[in-house]
Amino acid sequence: MPGYSDPGFDTLAVHAGAAPDPATGARAVPIHLSTSFVFESSDHAAALFNLERSGHVYSRLSNPTNAVLEQRVAALEGGIGAIATASGQAALHLAIATLMGAGSHIVASTALYGGSQNLLHFTLRRFGIDTTFVKPGDIDGWRAAIRPNTKLLFGETVGNPGLEVLDIPTVSALAHEAGLPLLVDSTFTTPYLMQPLELGADLVYHSATKFLSGHGTVIGGVVVDGGSFDWERSGRFAELTAPYDGFHGMVFSEESTVGAFLLRARREGLRDFGASMSPHTAWLILQGIETLPLRMERHMANTRKVVEFLAAHPFVERVGHPMLESHASHALAQKLLPRGAGSVFSFDLKGSREQGKKFIEALKLFSHLANVGDVRSLVIHPASTTHFRMSDEALRSAGIGPGTIRLSIGLEDPADLIDDLKRALKAAEKA
Amino acid sequence: MELIVNGARTFCYTGGKPFDAGKPTIVFLHGVLNDHSVWILQTRWFAHHGWNVLAPDLPGHCKSEGEPPKSVEEAAAFVLALLDAAGVQKAALVGHSFGSLVALEAAARAPQRVTHLALVGTACPMKVSPALLENAQQQPRKAIDMVNVYSHSLLAPPPSALGPGSWLYGGSRALMRRVLASNPQVNVFHRGFAACDSYTGGEAAMAQVQCPVLFVLGKADAMTPPKAAQPLQQKARNGRTVLVDGGHAMMTEAPDQVLFALRDFMR
Repeated sequence: MPGYSDPGFDTLAVHAGAAPDPATGARAVPIHLSTSFVFESSDHAAALFNLERSGHVYSRLSNPTNAVLEQRVAALEGGIGAIATASGQAALHLAIATLMGAGSHIVASTALYGGSQNLLHFTLRRFGIDTTFVKPGDIDGWRAAIRPNTKLLFGETVGNPGLEVLDIPTVSALAHEAGLPLLVDSTFTTPYLMQPLELGADLVYHSATKFLSGHGTVIGGVVVDGGSFDWERSGRFAELTAPYDGFHGMVFSEESTVGAFLLRARREGLRDFGASMSPHTAWLILQGIETLPLRMERHMANTRKVVEFLAAHPFVERVGHPMLESHASHALAQKLLPRGAGSVFSFDLKGSREQGKKFIEALKLFSHLANVGDVRSLVIHPASTTHFRMSDEALRSAGIGPGTIRLSIGLEDPADLIDDLKRALKAAEKA
Repeated sequence: MELIVNGARTFCYTGGKPFDAGKPTIVFLHGVLNDHSVWILQTRWFAHHGWNVLAPDLPGHCKSEGEPPKSVEEAAAFVLALLDAAGVQKAALVGHSFGSLVALEAAARAPQRVTHLALVGTACPMKVSPALLENAQQQPRKAIDMVNVYSHSLLAPPPSALGPGSWLYGGSRALMRRVLASNPQVNVFHRGFAACDSYTGGEAAMAQVQCPVLFVLGKADAMTPPKAAQPLQQKARNGRTVLVDGGHAMMTEAPDQVLFALRDFMR
């Protein structure tokens, strides 16, 4: 039933969460740069603090501009609500810290962003949270790694940078059999390419710094709750189903049958850890999301052309994109990502590490930096940058070789991008 | 808290305060494929403003055991049994949609026990289209999506039950899916809609009601449009109406307006 009451994805990308400002008539979303918000009365203040009424109190907890972003991303993902955070890493930490404490265990994919790998492998262990890593396609491995104290299964929709596609329907099904939720990092695919909640994931987060924002201007994150996981039935989440001393004995799963995670994440996580997003950042990300469908369509069209060029080039050893039949996730990508498996991918040169370095330095349109999902095309050498703390074994496990180069394809003319790559490949070949 | 009603464990949300039979009691009744949590904000407010709150999950829904009611009359009998189980002689009744018919019928059956009657998103008769009834039976997930669209009117709702950042379409859909899944034996979606559709006693029931009646109606309600409440409004001897800026899911789309209407009515 197309229309205002049942809008499609592109309409939600522009309108979800935003209406003309009732005070000024402003049509664009205003930036509410205010730390706090005036109470109507003492009773109103008490009711807001006690969660008898809903509204904004203090911008660490919520903010009107951030709320628009949260509603919009939740709408695009098909979730029940979202929380904007200071970064994608803050979103991951908020999800984990809401669900568990010391003595808990996570099962995670080996194919993760280096920062996420660091958090799980090193930092959270210091706080008593252990992680077992399994290859994303090793379904038996996921099942075997689950322990009595496991609280979460976690992977990326497509692994960074090898683009191994996570079989969300299968992994979520085995998670649910064990009474566990599946958290998915959907940064590379965005809701335009995949909606993990509809495929069975329970929680989704983004580094909004990347495609959602799209312009390489701000750092931000957002975590979305699908409202699908039954915390009470699981029996493993006293954090959400038992009285919480930090809020007058509130039982989050009684307050909201489907929203217990979001309630605790905001009322404890943002309140106490405080990794909230600036309203100015939220506003910039909203500008990006308005054109997300258009940008993603172009990202994918350009990527297809660049992948085809590289795959046919004699100095290229391997191109790791699921659109190619040679990729291990090709069939799964066809099924789960019919619009494409993203515009960030890696390839290997046939040359030495030095030739790889020469290739990167010879590029002119591609910018050598540590980011992805920009309107500009980007390039990086993962083994020496984003994944440099990982052992050789862990690198191999994540599909990264010493000569692997990662590209993030932007919105430039594809012919210009191909020309840039052609010249750099020639320079590397001669080096 | 849990009560045993008609021999079945019944979950009642009490608004974050312990049940105290010494206070005036207000009972909140949810609609089809919903549960107590659709009333989070309003129930918490009343519980912290001198009222004793009972917001049950109807039998066979979510946390409550028992046979899901097959008719409005059966559900009304449950409400009176609930009051007995809680040791409450008199209470205000607030019902949404199907719950409004249940509250009305309960008030008609025991007029001396009901101090106030608030009907939120009501209609008489509350007919359900044959197509929707069939889909509720045969393709409930498709029917959930249809009802969800009909129940909402805002792409930019105010801060709501889960706080700012709630996406109400998603929240309602997730709740309906959860309630449906909570009872593997009975399709509570179809049963609830069939109960609405077959209830013909609304006007006669209103004639029996002795307490003040409040109609809270959503200006953009596509499920129970304001005009559909007219037969009941005309029969109410002591009735008043408040229109709010929302659709059928007005407790979440217009939480403050619904609260204020109830608050002013209960004073």
